[in-house]
Amino acid sequence: MHYLAEGLRLPTNGLDYAILAIYFAVVLGIGFAARRSVKTSLDFFLSGRSLPAWVTGLAFVAANLGATEILGMAATGAQYGVAVVHWYWIGAIPAMVFLGLVMMPFYYGSKVRSVPEFLLQRFDKSAHLLSSVLFAFASILIAGVNLYALSIVVEALLGWPQWVSIVVAGFFVLAYITIGGLSSAIYNEVLQFFVILAALIPLTILGLKRVGGWDGLTGSLTERHGGDFMTAWGGTGIGDPNPLGANWLTIVLGLGFVLSFGYWTTNFAEVQRALSAKNLSAAKRTPLIAAFPKIFIVFIVMIPGLVAAVLVPKIGTAGSDLTYNDAIPLLMQELLPNGVLGIAVTGLLAAFMAGMAANVSSFNTVFTADIWAKYVVKGREDTYYLKFGRLITAIGVMASIGTAFLAASFSNIMGYLQTLFSFFNVPMFVVFIIGMFWKRASMKSGVWGLVAGTSAAMVNYFVIYKQGVIDIPSDQGANFVSAIVGFAAGAVVMVLVTLFTAPKPEAELAGLVYGTKSPGMEELPQEGDQVWYRKPALLGWGAIVLAAACYIPYSF
Amino acid sequence: MSELQREVSELEAKSATAARLFDIRRIIGGLFVVYGVIVTIAGITASDADLKKAQDININLWTGLAMLALGLFFLVWLKLRPAVAPVPSEPGEQSP
Repeated sequence: MHYLAEGLRLPTNGLDYAILAIYFAVVLGIGFAARRSVKTSLDFFLSGRSLPAWVTGLAFVAANLGATEILGMAATGAQYGVAVVHWYWIGAIPAMVFLGLVMMPFYYGSKVRSVPEFLLQRFDKSAHLLSSVLFAFASILIAGVNLYALSIVVEALLGWPQWVSIVVAGFFVLAYITIGGLSSAIYNEVLQFFVILAALIPLTILGLKRVGGWDGLTGSLTERHGGDFMTAWGGTGIGDPNPLGANWLTIVLGLGFVLSFGYWTTNFAEVQRALSAKNLSAAKRTPLIAAFPKIFIVFIVMIPGLVAAVLVPKIGTAGSDLTYNDAIPLLMQELLPNGVLGIAVTGLLAAFMAGMAANVSSFNTVFTADIWAKYVVKGREDTYYLKFGRLITAIGVMASIGTAFLAASFSNIMGYLQTLFSFFNVPMFVVFIIGMFWKRASMKSGVWGLVAGTSAAMVNYFVIYKQGVIDIPSDQGANFVSAIVGFAAGAVVMVLVTLFTAPKPEAELAGLVYGTKSPGMEELPQEGDQVWYRKPALLGWGAIVLAAACYIPYSF
Repeated sequence: MSELQREVSELEAKSATAARLFDIRRIIGGLFVVYGVIVTIAGITASDADLKKAQDININLWTGLAMLALGLFFLVWLKLRPAVAPVPSEPGEQSP
């Protein structure tokens, strides 16, 4: 949640507003133009599984590149320095590559329409219902928090009252998803990706020039914060104090393994983009294509954060009215002339709306396909579920608008709830990985793994850390440790439960577990998918090597 | 084949997205050409105050030109490699 300081009002003029107005018109236009392609519920929820890999790949990275992420990571840069690269190079790339190369054949090949639906196929109804309901609640909450964050930023930058931007942005998202479905959401994400680049690249260049280039930046920050501030691993030895409150082991295991794999491989708002690809090869390439921009996006987010830390030495401390989250808006105000400023405002608003739209478009799918069609109104014709999907989209947006207004009055509770929900994600990955690689894992082990992992992570965070039983220097570090604890507890409980309960019949596991194949998966590779730059293994390992190489200049 | 796979395969056969969804390259290309022209003009007519604010870089000009180039790239790509609608598996399904 962001509280922008006052005094960040941007000097926008008619030119900037014209640029913004054109964007809003195009967003709606995409929705209407996509309408004629929506004939079945599969078109509405998964774009008929027919989009090309570069489109789903850019949407995959854009769905994560919401404005809360952009402002938040710039803030992390201003606060912790170069260590923010961990959230990208170790905290995203390995998980994205694993999703593409290892997990996608099971996800895409089994033809499931959502992440919870995979749990239904692999485990049983209790695991399915639990994860569907939690996901539906969490998406509305996050969509609402996103909308609230947008209203605060817009109020500070443009001076619109909060309720105006909540209602306007909510209305646009409602319109383009209800009309055009997932195709419309994905197309808008691709567009948003390029607009965000057009906003952040000029900001980064001007910011660097302002502080005397990379050398000037390094000089000022090293002088003020010490040499470790400009390195990725400095001060992360076990027992060493550092501002992040984490050591190399908890960074690698907690952030790099558990948290990141949980987010990137089981968060349906992400996976849905890959499931809408046109064939298995395109689905595998979706997160791999996304990995390459992800490696470099950190520079255009981190550098503005670092520049802000130079320009306002007291940023984020009690002596300044600017918080870390103000880093990017501050530079926009200081450096961008009208024109590019309009592009930057448009990019930020687009990122807020896309972040919300990704949650809404995954919420409507899970609510319709996993909750309504499986437990409430079963076995109706497809047109009914298509209509219901549109209705629930509208209801979902209304609910997130309501959540946004609630967040405005009870922001502490919202922050607390968000932390709470983040712990449900932790055991998802352990359940998936054991389910996919261990045939014996029993039907009941899924739900118990989820429950045990979540409880263990929560107990560790809210009782053991918050009550001071063990000493961890920061919330961030405690978060990493809780994730590791949740993962281990989930794994142990799954194994124990499996020993005493019945396995899933072998025939029902075809295509869901390593070493089995879905019937009908023998589709011939599409013409052109054999060329070298479309080989998933090359793309995946290429991304890993590149991310590792990026660490070199910041490690010594 | 499980019930789920049968259901999704049937829906895939009836799906209209592949045949009827427009190509996003046209929209990206169009929007970035328009933005590119607007921002380039703002760069050409930039005031001294604008230049001073942007650290003596004519940022509007350069950003505008880069956006224009990106827009043209998408339009040229679309022209050279137009999307081919897949051959319909059931001929009766195609009539609008």
